[in-house]
Formats: sequence, structure tokens, C-alpha cells
Amino acid sequence: MSFLLACPNCGPRDVNEFHCQGEVTIRPKQSPSRRELSEYLYFRRNVAGVQREWWYHRLGCESWFLAERDTRTNEVLKTELPE
Amino acid sequence: MRIEPRPGERIDRSQTLSFEFEGKNVDAFAGDTIGSALYAGGRRVFSRSFKYHRPRGLLCCSGACPNCMMEVDGVPNVRVCVEPVREGAVVKAQNVVGSLERDLMAATDKFGGPFTPVGFYYRTMIRPRAAWPLFEKFLRNAAGLGRIDKHARREGRYDVEHRHADVLVIGGGRAGLDAARAAAAAGEHVVVVDENAPPEGADGLEALAPATALGIYEGGLVPVSAGRVLYRFRARRIVIATGALEQPVVFPGNDLVGIVLPQAVRRLVDDFSIRPGEQAVVLAADDDGLAVADDLRAAGTKVLEVVDLRDGPHRISASGSAGKLNGVGIDGVRFNCDLLVASGGRQPAYSLLAQAGARIEYDEGRGVFVPRDIPAGVEAVGSVTGEGTGAIPPAKPLLGDKTFVCLCEDVTEKDVKRAIAEGFDSIELAKRYTTVTMGPCQGRLCHLNSVRLYARETKQGEDAIGTTTARPPWSPVELGLLAGRPHEPAKRTSIHHRHKELGAKMMWTGAWRRPHSYGDPEAEAGAVHESAGLIDVSTLGKLVVRGPEAAAFLERIYPNRFADLKPGRIRYAVLGTDGGRIMDDGTVARIDDETFYVTTTSTGAEGVIEWFEWWNAIWKLDLEIVDVTGALAAVNLAGPQARDLLAPLTEIDLAPDAFKYLDAKQGRVAGVPALLLRIGFVGELGYELHFPSPHGETVWDAIAATGAVPFGLEPQRILRLEKMHVLIGQDTDSESNALEASMPWIVKFEKDEFVGKWALEHVQERGMRDRLVGFEMANGVVPPEGGAVVVDGRLAGRVTSARHSRVLGRTIGLAWVPETLAVEDAEISLRVNAGLERANVRLRPFFDPDGERLRS
Repeated sequence: MSFLLACPNCGPRDVNEFHCQGEVTIRPKQSPSRRELSEYLYFRRNVAGVQREWWYHRLGCESWFLAERDTRTNEVLKTELPE
Repeated sequence: MRIEPRPGERIDRSQTLSFEFEGKNVDAFAGDTIGSALYAGGRRVFSRSFKYHRPRGLLCCSGACPNCMMEVDGVPNVRVCVEPVREGAVVKAQNVVGSLERDLMAATDKFGGPFTPVGFYYRTMIRPRAAWPLFEKFLRNAAGLGRIDKHARREGRYDVEHRHADVLVIGGGRAGLDAARAAAAAGEHVVVVDENAPPEGADGLEALAPATALGIYEGGLVPVSAGRVLYRFRARRIVIATGALEQPVVFPGNDLVGIVLPQAVRRLVDDFSIRPGEQAVVLAADDDGLAVADDLRAAGTKVLEVVDLRDGPHRISASGSAGKLNGVGIDGVRFNCDLLVASGGRQPAYSLLAQAGARIEYDEGRGVFVPRDIPAGVEAVGSVTGEGTGAIPPAKPLLGDKTFVCLCEDVTEKDVKRAIAEGFDSIELAKRYTTVTMGPCQGRLCHLNSVRLYARETKQGEDAIGTTTARPPWSPVELGLLAGRPHEPAKRTSIHHRHKELGAKMMWTGAWRRPHSYGDPEAEAGAVHESAGLIDVSTLGKLVVRGPEAAAFLERIYPNRFADLKPGRIRYAVLGTDGGRIMDDGTVARIDDETFYVTTTSTGAEGVIEWFEWWNAIWKLDLEIVDVTGALAAVNLAGPQARDLLAPLTEIDLAPDAFKYLDAKQGRVAGVPALLLRIGFVGELGYELHFPSPHGETVWDAIAATGAVPFGLEPQRILRLEKMHVLIGQDTDSESNALEASMPWIVKFEKDEFVGKWALEHVQERGMRDRLVGFEMANGVVPPEGGAVVVDGRLAGRVTSARHSRVLGRTIGLAWVPETLAVEDAEISLRVNAGLERANVRLRPFFDPDGERLRS
């Protein structure tokens, strides 16, 4: 991987400066069933297309942000700080 | 042989150099390459071929083909045709047994032919199976390129540099320079990369030469190798001006020494003022190629015949003696000559464009592959676009000497046909089987001919055959350049030099360098029990979590309770994931209502900070997290005499009632402001002192002067095991949860919410399966860590820690066992070497089970 990613704080940087935490998941609001819990913990949509992901600027500002990345081309459409 | 000085020659005749070739001295002019100097001195054979050990001479004279590879100053596979002469360089032939003229391995060519068809080693040498290693050794010796000197020491160093430019122009020919000048005129920062000497007319432009663009990677990253530096280029616009490559003509005997491409003539005559031969024939398929007849005449070579290959198929075959050309037959007419200039035309050098994502299409009219649909951010200019290029198809085969398609790997036309007959019907598979295009030229001189041969033999169009995938690196690159500078980052504490002075045996823990021990781990552990010991724990991760909602945050992220922690008190903290798995552990001390001091494991600091930041990116509680790991040093003074030794150094009241177990107090120690945590990882009365790093040695020295015995990591591991304190990552893994790791008391299910609560509730519901328990060996043997726990002859768990404890006089450990065996005194068997050893389960700390010494 050698694409660039625009950190909302630091601007475009080499992808190696970041850590990708994977797709954004939705945490259950209250006591989930065993099935709901295991889906939340272990199942991912793993889309071939645009995916919303968590990224951490490990070698920069050490902030978390959200990115929309096309998993097929590594084109990053958008990055933003979480609201 | 040199001719009269010519205008524009690149050699400086006023300056002579010399180097050694095969033990003999060779003279050269400044500006010569090793190849040109050898050629001027009459040398024609430059190498022996990969498989058949046939003599080979200069072919392209421009660093593309494999024919002139030699060992220069110990570096193998150097293309001497483009390697500048260095005074005193030591040059040797490679891949020969004997000499270039008499290579004993040449027998392969004469006799090995029928036994060494393409892919022979896949079929014939695998039976009997056991003999393969023997065959392999033989083949590796017989085939191949240069040898690496395994005992060579690294000289100098390689570096990586990140570079940015508005425009990166790859190729400093006419089209490349035109594009560069236009961009520079528009005010853009332009860098021109060229494989050869700095391009002329590049004044005012930044030129990197000689340098090679190795490929175009994702995101437009272009690594450029330039001697000992690898530049990682990012440019807003990449201009590819890599030009076109002259293609060899396929006919019997086409590898004889004396058969060259037109560009070799141009270089030898124009740059080095060398007469390339005495009697020459020129065959070419474009005007540029035909024009070398004029260069030859100017150099005094007699041109016997010039044939334009575009005017129809010609029957060509070359003959020679001892591998050197002595004549060529063209349509039945023989010409006696020592030089044959042969070019089938020029193929665009599209590889970088293909890597960037361009589509490669066969241009029927020109007979070459051309790039199409060039992606955004990349441009192609000049002949790489196909402009002015074209090539003739390989002619029908004739009888005669071997007809080579691929010179690098010694693959003949017959080999390709054989691969097709064996069913390798896709060009990608055929490539892997025959290894055409996989040699040092990377397809520069064989790709087009092999595809067109394929098309002809399989009666398909070239477009249907397609091209093989163009992958980086496009040019050979030294491994040292890819590896970069040798670099082993190490973290050292501010007390590091004291440990070295004390003769500590150092070890790695993550990136940290820590004392394993100072010579006698068991004696050091003993000192902690008997008097007092001192250990450097600066490597602990240290965070300050501060803000109105800091308490709420810790309450939510840890399974344990922290909202009710009183200022000045400490609690053990185990961090878990939402899956209930243990991540890390440490302590949390509350400094005041809004300030918490959190420690983590030595290797876990970065991960914990990232984890905290991530949850708070979601929760958005009002707090800040500050990493003070490097800012603060820490030492632990532990042992029955710890209080007495520390008291004279501090104003803090250390009386048992004033400074209780799990109290945190601030004050000066040896004049240095410090935070003191009364905790007991090693099982004795102890104070963990945290203070500014610059004072590391001051505090260490002051405490050591009281008589406290320095102890290392290994004695600490014995001591904590005696207390059954778990080491995260040693006794737990990524599957372990706090309940089964026998720490149910740190999980507060009554809290509304915490990370991992639901998963731990499910563990509780389903019941425990395995449990982390202590064990005591029946006979004192120390079982291996990671060793098996065996129940009824079956693997039932594993040992995670085991040590001999001198103070207990026993061998103790921790192991994962089935829940049914998590009973005091239960008998388990541990695998030690080939046999089984008996051990008994222990659920309470081996040493001071009631913690009286801790609290004393």
C-alpha cells in the first residue's frame, strides 16, 4: 500500500503513518442477545466498494478520524473528524 | 580500436585511468565505461550465457541486455557497458568455470541440448525425490548469474529519501526534456530522471542521473534508485518519456558475438570513438536503424550490405566460430563479416505506464504494443506513446544454429514451441514455464518477439495473446537499497548507563532495553525478600487522564470501578476489549478529583493510548489524555527494609498509618519531585517512585547508596510468580478473559456499562471452561513455558510461566487447566521433555498468601 490519506488535522500523508481500525460498526445500545453480540464483535460487511472506516494518525497528531475509502481502488473519497 | 577524436565524444583523452580485469591491467580514458574500455582493447566476449554457457558480447551497450554482466569490486551482475571506469576497480567475469574464452561449462551447449529442454528440471530431476537436493545444488552452480560474496561486509550505507515535485519526468530524451522545459517555464518544480549521464540541455532543470525509476506504485509513488539513495517520489504529475526499445531479430545464430543492436554502434562510435568492427552488414526495420551505416562508415568500418527488413521477409542466418560471428547469409547470399547490426524495429517502453494503470493494446499497423487509456496524473510523451515506432514479425524458422528468443534465460524458438505443444497456452503460464521475460532484461528485448512467436504458433492475434503483467521493479535494484539503512530502534531509560556500569545483562522487551539481571537472578530476588531491592521500571507506560469526566471515562472503559476511587488511592486495573479479552494491565492512581495517573505494561503504552483515544472519539467525554511515558522515570524500591532506607531521603511521612498500602503521595525524594505509589507487584513492602526523567540517575544513585540491591527483570519475574501475579501477554493471550484468568474481582457486573461487559456476562452464563491456576512441581523440575498440561493422556492446557523459587525451595508456575481441575491440590501432569511430571494445583499465592508483608 502506498496511497495517500488526508488526515483532517495534518493533511495528505503516506498511508504508512496511519493505523486502520477497519469498518465503522454500530455498537448495540443495550444488553444484546448472544447473536447480536457476536455479530457486532466478529462479523464485518467487508464491502467491495466504498466503506466507512476508522483511521488513527499514529505517526502524526495521534487523532482518530473517519474515512470513506473504496476498498477496490484505495481511493479515499472523504476524511473527517467524528462528529 | 579507437579512431581519431570526434566532436561530441564522451571520453577525455587527456586523462587516463586503469582497472584490473581478470588479473590484467586495462587502460581507459576518463568518461569510458568498463565495457567501452574492454571493447577498445579488443575484447569481444563479455559473458557466458545463463544455461548453455555460450559466449556473448555487447548487444545493446546501453544497460538493457544481460550480455555484459560482470562482477565489479565484489558486486555481481554489474552491466559493464554502462558502468563508469573507476581507477583501480577489480573486474571479473562471472558464471564461468575457467575463463570467458574457455568455459568448461560450455559442454552444456554442445552435449546438453537434447537433455535440457525448457522446464527439464521440473520433469527429469524430481525422480527419485530424494535426489533433488543434489540436482538442485548442481543446477544452481551450473546456471545463473553472478555470485554473492556471503562473507562480504556492508560498506557505506543506503538511504531512503522522500521527495516531492510538481512534475516528475522519467526519461531525459528529446520528448522528456521538451515536456520538462515547458513545465518549468510554467513555473512548476520539475525533476528529470534519466538512466544515463545527465541529459544535455537540462540546464535549469533538476536532473537525477544516472538514476532509475523502478516503478509506479499505488498513489503515484515512484521509487527512484540513484546509487546509494532510494528516492520515494511523489509528484502531482508524472511524465513518462521512456522512449522505445530496439528489438533483436530472431534468426539462427542470432546470439553470436558480433551481432549488435544499432544503438550499440551509435554509443561505441559517437560516445567512445571506437571502431566497432572491420566488415559489417546492417539489417534494420526503421530509418534510425538503417542510419547507423553512416556511423559505421565514419568510424572506418566497411559496410558490405544494408537491408531494410520492412520490404518483405528475408531468410537470415548467421554463422560463427568459437561463438564469434564470421558470416551472415541473407536470402542465400553470404557475407563474411565480423559485425552484424540487426534491429527488428522499436517497441515502446510502456512498462511504467502499464504499472500506472494504462491498458496495453496491440497496434496491428505498427506491429508493437502501445499504451492506451493513460490514467489521470500520468502523461506519456515521445516514442513511448507508439509514435515513430514499429517492428517486423519474427520470420519463419530456418535450419541452423540455435535461434534465441530470450537471451537472458537462453530460451530458444524451439523451447517456446515445445511449451505450446505441452499445453501452456496462456502467455502468463508460458512465461513462468519457459521463464521468457523473467531474466535481467525484464522483457525489454524478448517480450515482443515471444508474444509474436506465440501468436504465430497458436494462430491467434497478438491482441488475443496479450502481454504479461508489468510489475515493479522495472530495473534491477540492489537489495541493500530496498532494505535501507540498518536501523534497530531501541528505547533506553534515563538510568540505562547505570545498569551498564553495574554489568547488567541487557535484554529486549519490545523496543526497550532492560536489565535481565545483574548476574545472579535468584540472589537478587532473595535480597528483595531479605532486605530491599531496587528496579528500574521507567519502561512502564504512563498516562495522565484529566478532566471533569475523567472518572466517568475510566469507569466506562475498565471493568473495575474507578468513580469511587478516593484521591490519593490506587487500584489495579485490567483493560479489556468489547469481546471481554484482556488487553493490558496496570494501576490507576487518583491524584485529585479530575486527575488520574494511569500506568500500563511496558510494551502496551502506545496501544492503550490509541485505545483510550478511540473510545473517547466515540464517547466525547470532557477529558484529555497525556502520554508521560518518556517524560517520567520510575523505580521500585521493595523489601522489608524499603521504608527505613527511603525515609532519610524524603520529607514524606512513610509511617505505616500515614502511608498505607495502595496509597499515592507526592513529595520530594533526594530533592526531586516525585509521585510515590505504594504497590506490591513483587510481593514485599514497596514504593514505586515516578519522577522527571532527567533526574533518573540522581534518584537511582541516592537510593542505591542506602544499600538497596539492584535487581533485574528476571528476579522480578520470579518474585511476581511467587505472588501469582499475572503477566499480561505471558500468562494470558488474545483469547483470555479476566474471569477465566482468575481475576473475577476486577469485573464489576453491577456497573451499568463498561467495555466488554456483555461478553463477560456471556462467559459467566456459559460457565468457565479453562482457568489460569498456580501449580507446584512434585519433584522440582522446571517445566518448559508453553509446555503441555496432560489429563488422561490428552492435551488439556499449557504452562505459561515456571520458575524455581529459592525462598520457597520449590518449583512453581502458572498454567491454563480445565475448570474441573481448578481445585486446590488437584493433580495435573506436565510434559517435560518426552515424559510427564506431576504437579499440584494451587489457587492462592505461593508466598505470603494473605499479603501481610505487602501491607506491613
